[in-house]
Amino acid sequence: MNVDFTAEELAFQKEVREFLENEFPADLKAKVDANIRLSKDDLVRWQKILYKKGWAAPSWPEEYGGTGWSPTQRHIFATEMGLIGAPEPVPFGMKMVAPVIMSYGNEEQKQRFLPDILASNVWWCQGYSEPNAGSDLASLKTTAVRDGDEYVVNGAKTWNTYGQYADWIFCLVRTDNTVKKQEGISFLLIDMKTPGISLKPIVLLDGHAEVNEVFFDDVRVPAANLIGEENKGWTYAKVLLTHERTNISGVPRSKRKLHSLKQVAAATPDGNGGTLLEDSSFKRKVAEMEIELKALEYSELRTLAALSVGKAPGPESSILKIVGTELSQKLDEMFVELAAYHSLPFVPEQFEDDFSGEPVGPGSAASTALTYFNNRKLSIFGGSNEIQRNIICKAVLGL
Amino acid sequence: MDFSYTEVQQMLKDQVQRFVQKSYDFDTRNKIIASEQGFSAENWALFAELGWLAVPFTEEDGGLGGSAVDLIVLMEEFGKANLVEPFLATAVLGGGLVARLAEGDRKEQLLGEIMSGELQLALAFSEEGSRFNLANVTTSAKADGDNVTISGKKVAALNGTAAQQLVVVARESGEPTSRDGVSVFLVDAASPGVKLQSYPTIDGKRAADITFTDVTVPASNRLGEAGKALAVLEAVIDMATVGVSAEAVGALEMLLHKTVEYSKARTQFGVPIGTFQALQHRMADMFVECQLARSIVLMAAMQIDSSEPEQEKNRAVSAAKSRVGKAIRKVGQEAIQIHGGIGTTEELDVGHFFKRVTALEVLFGNTDFHTDRFAQLSD
Repeated sequence: MNVDFTAEELAFQKEVREFLENEFPADLKAKVDANIRLSKDDLVRWQKILYKKGWAAPSWPEEYGGTGWSPTQRHIFATEMGLIGAPEPVPFGMKMVAPVIMSYGNEEQKQRFLPDILASNVWWCQGYSEPNAGSDLASLKTTAVRDGDEYVVNGAKTWNTYGQYADWIFCLVRTDNTVKKQEGISFLLIDMKTPGISLKPIVLLDGHAEVNEVFFDDVRVPAANLIGEENKGWTYAKVLLTHERTNISGVPRSKRKLHSLKQVAAATPDGNGGTLLEDSSFKRKVAEMEIELKALEYSELRTLAALSVGKAPGPESSILKIVGTELSQKLDEMFVELAAYHSLPFVPEQFEDDFSGEPVGPGSAASTALTYFNNRKLSIFGGSNEIQRNIICKAVLGL
Repeated sequence: MDFSYTEVQQMLKDQVQRFVQKSYDFDTRNKIIASEQGFSAENWALFAELGWLAVPFTEEDGGLGGSAVDLIVLMEEFGKANLVEPFLATAVLGGGLVARLAEGDRKEQLLGEIMSGELQLALAFSEEGSRFNLANVTTSAKADGDNVTISGKKVAALNGTAAQQLVVVARESGEPTSRDGVSVFLVDAASPGVKLQSYPTIDGKRAADITFTDVTVPASNRLGEAGKALAVLEAVIDMATVGVSAEAVGALEMLLHKTVEYSKARTQFGVPIGTFQALQHRMADMFVECQLARSIVLMAAMQIDSSEPEQEKNRAVSAAKSRVGKAIRKVGQEAIQIHGGIGTTEELDVGHFFKRVTALEVLFGNTDFHTDRFAQLSD
């Protein structure tokens, strides 16, 4: 038993590290370090740099322009990206709709959509959840009624992240009301510029409108935009959700957060002449986080080892999602504790790209509560942690 | 043994509840927060008229009570309303120091203006390096004849934006963390050399970081004896700590209540989510947390009102804030989680209560600080 990388893997790690050190733009790194929200342009710019290198789509097969990397190489790449703070690709195109198009789309759809996703020319968003269909996604009510060569779509989707930037949306729509709820769902691609689509921003607790409600009012969609067969959408969607749940442990990002937490603690006065890093209570909590992170990391490596010998991702991804998100949230909480009174200002615009006013508080202290609030979503989205526990109960414990 | 409220306390409670029901719904609160002032002057006048601004003061001082139990009755209801009006800053913090330190006509005048709603105060005590140590004061006050010149920076002065008078903690002598040498001064917010950096806070209130650059005030603006204000400051902060703990108890109760109601109304998989035992037990735990928080705040308030030695009172206050802080994390986070996505938005009031309790956890020392303080005082 060992967890060593092979010589080839080590060489690959070195290559990735050097590439990231040289090519991840300094201005983006500065923003990430200062907890400033990256703009659409920032994200696209970085993604295009990766595209130029041929590394835009680590999880895609080579035939579609992916890297063809092994699970371990993908792990190394994700780790190095996370450690340096480089943003992962916006998942909606690359990680969510693309695998579905590859698996179930026709040739024309593959030609039409995949190259633009790979090159980050087109921004996708997700139309899954509805106001009354969250954890119970299959109860969704947005309808698509066939009318000649078109579908007419009516309804509302919610928790649509960055829909304000999106060119296209992939949607689950109801095409049959008369059968079991999972059996009347279809998977439809919709151009966001189609008449009848409107967005309503939803302001989250950090004051930022990161998500939207999307309304469809007699939106006419070419039937050619249907993926696979009508009423088979649920099957396709489940594949997509599996992809959403991989890489969700966030180990590299949490490592980075923990490192930053220690740095901030070392610079935070305890009020008695020392720093918080020397404070025994705080130090102990940091240690607990570090231990938890180790346990999580090795759980992820065990999963990775299983994947490497060709096993399908199983309920292990539920463990990684639960522990990874709750650990990350706990770290957010500790940043608030460090910031103390400096966590109180509510000045979200200070952490936007174009802020030019006089900043409040030292460093990024005034962003700590905002991040703590925003990241409550981590244990809710991507299949809430309650749903993950249900999966463990059913699939592992046989309950 | 008797945990019941007096008639006056019960009347106060009923009054606040009626006011909230009639004039402080979620939309109204949002409008007040978005307004230029950040609080409702009309409400403030009403609070004065109803005598609420007089609750923290003794009858001798022209107030209605002055006990910790009186205060927590009011603050709990304010917590349920998620009130943003600057009661704590003006009547408990600033007013508390004025009542304990000022003398004679000045005291009578200031307290009169506070209770009538004319005067708003902000207490400027915390500094960038002080964290929660009240003795850690680097803002300096240099006496020169009949004047005192104040220089330094204060952070997160609650109501710093609207206060006409600032109650400023400054050091006249001694090392930065020495217990001796700390004084309290009244400074007109419009004085030359006072620079405010104002901002909304995460819980919908307003605060300011305040820089004092050679701000000169008459020496008579010193409240109390030179260099001897720390113990009084500690007593006032202890009172305020019990106050915000009670406010948290009220807000936590609302978080529980709203979560339970939501779980009955929200249907997934064909049934209300409140029928899932996995969620029921978590709500039961939230209820237990709320009850423990309530109990320990009552304990602390009664201790403050008792004739126990100061150290016992300090310990009781830290016990309360520490335990309430634990409840804040648990109940607050569970409330959001059980609400799911909608809980993470500004659209429901549950998120606003969550943000309020998050701020309250920080005020006057977070959970770790008060747990440590409790331990140290137990030696």
